Amino acid sequence: MSRDLGPALPPAAALRRWVGALAAVAALSLGGCATPPPARDYTAFLQARPASVLVLPPLNETPEVLATPSVLSQLSVPLAESGFYVLPVSLVDETFKANGIQTAADAQQIGRAKLRDIFGADAALYVLIRRYGAVYKVVSSETTVTLEARLVDLRTGQLLWNGGASASSAEQNSSSQGGVVGLLVKAIVEQIASNIGERSHPIAGIASQRLLGAGRPNGLLYGPRSPRYGSPPPPAPPR
Amino acid sequence: MGTHRGAGRMAVLGLALSAAACAAPRQAPLYQWGAYPGAVYAYLKGANAELGSQILELEALVQKNAASGAATPPGLHAHLGLLYAKAGDDASAARHLQAEKQLFPESTTYMDYLLKKAAR
Repeated sequence: MSRDLGPALPPAAALRRWVGALAAVAALSLGGCATPPPARDYTAFLQARPASVLVLPPLNETPEVLATPSVLSQLSVPLAESGFYVLPVSLVDETFKANGIQTAADAQQIGRAKLRDIFGADAALYVLIRRYGAVYKVVSSETTVTLEARLVDLRTGQLLWNGGASASSAEQNSSSQGGVVGLLVKAIVEQIASNIGERSHPIAGIASQRLLGAGRPNGLLYGPRSPRYGSPPPPAPPR
Repeated sequence: MGTHRGAGRMAVLGLALSAAACAAPRQAPLYQWGAYPGAVYAYLKGANAELGSQILELEALVQKNAASGAATPPGLHAHLGLLYAKAGDDASAARHLQAEKQLFPESTTYMDYLLKKAAR
């Protein structure tokens, strides 16, 4: 009888200890994830449950003519990876042009009923490009892309979400924004540094990802095609 | 004693898992995008001279995704349809618009609109 096969304690006491340990783990893990409640009100988003998104050509506030095609071609990836169906932006652009809509400003003026009628999307994404390209400083220049966006329900006209994001080639020099993302930006920029004209394009890709990747603080919620669809809204950003 | 150790290990594992759950918004991509975003950028910039090579590149991506079981992203078939239409191959264009609709029923309204226009 010297074999130590089971617990030294009677079964009931052992069970209590297990339950106690599990409860402690649960409490700790809840505490670990506990963050301030979401700062954003997601009520309208949760009620609307948009599944498909029509990305309208972005308004360009900058003098860089490539900004609109660059940003428009890179918004679909983070939106689709967040779980939404994204209407094909190249075809949408063609449809606008075939109907006499030549500019992003004109496209963003079209009534939602008309958009819903032709494209059948649940929501439309209205994007504004605030900055795109080089900002020259005393000793160096940096490439920055800053985007803002509104997601509007095409069935009701209700604003479902809005947000903004930025990315910069100078991030690798900043201690607060270093880490993996900083290294990534640096690597990408160096990779294409020979082509000055296209230097902003990968930066715009990172800004798009930050703008539309679901699950970020105050960010988009996941769409129906994501395995994370229905997970609770992201917490507010740390102060 | 066995129980204490077991419970301790359990707790450590639980903590590790919960820490991973908190800190990791990473997950495998839903789609294999390949050359598609670059092709859309080229198209929007007006690089129509590259139609043929873009069609080949995207058809290769469709084949590769089919072979590896990777999901083809929203819009890829539709964009291919547009490229074929520009190249004058209406049958292939329609085939890819149908493929987009089949893969993503959310696109039905718009694909039907385009197919109706093309038929006229």
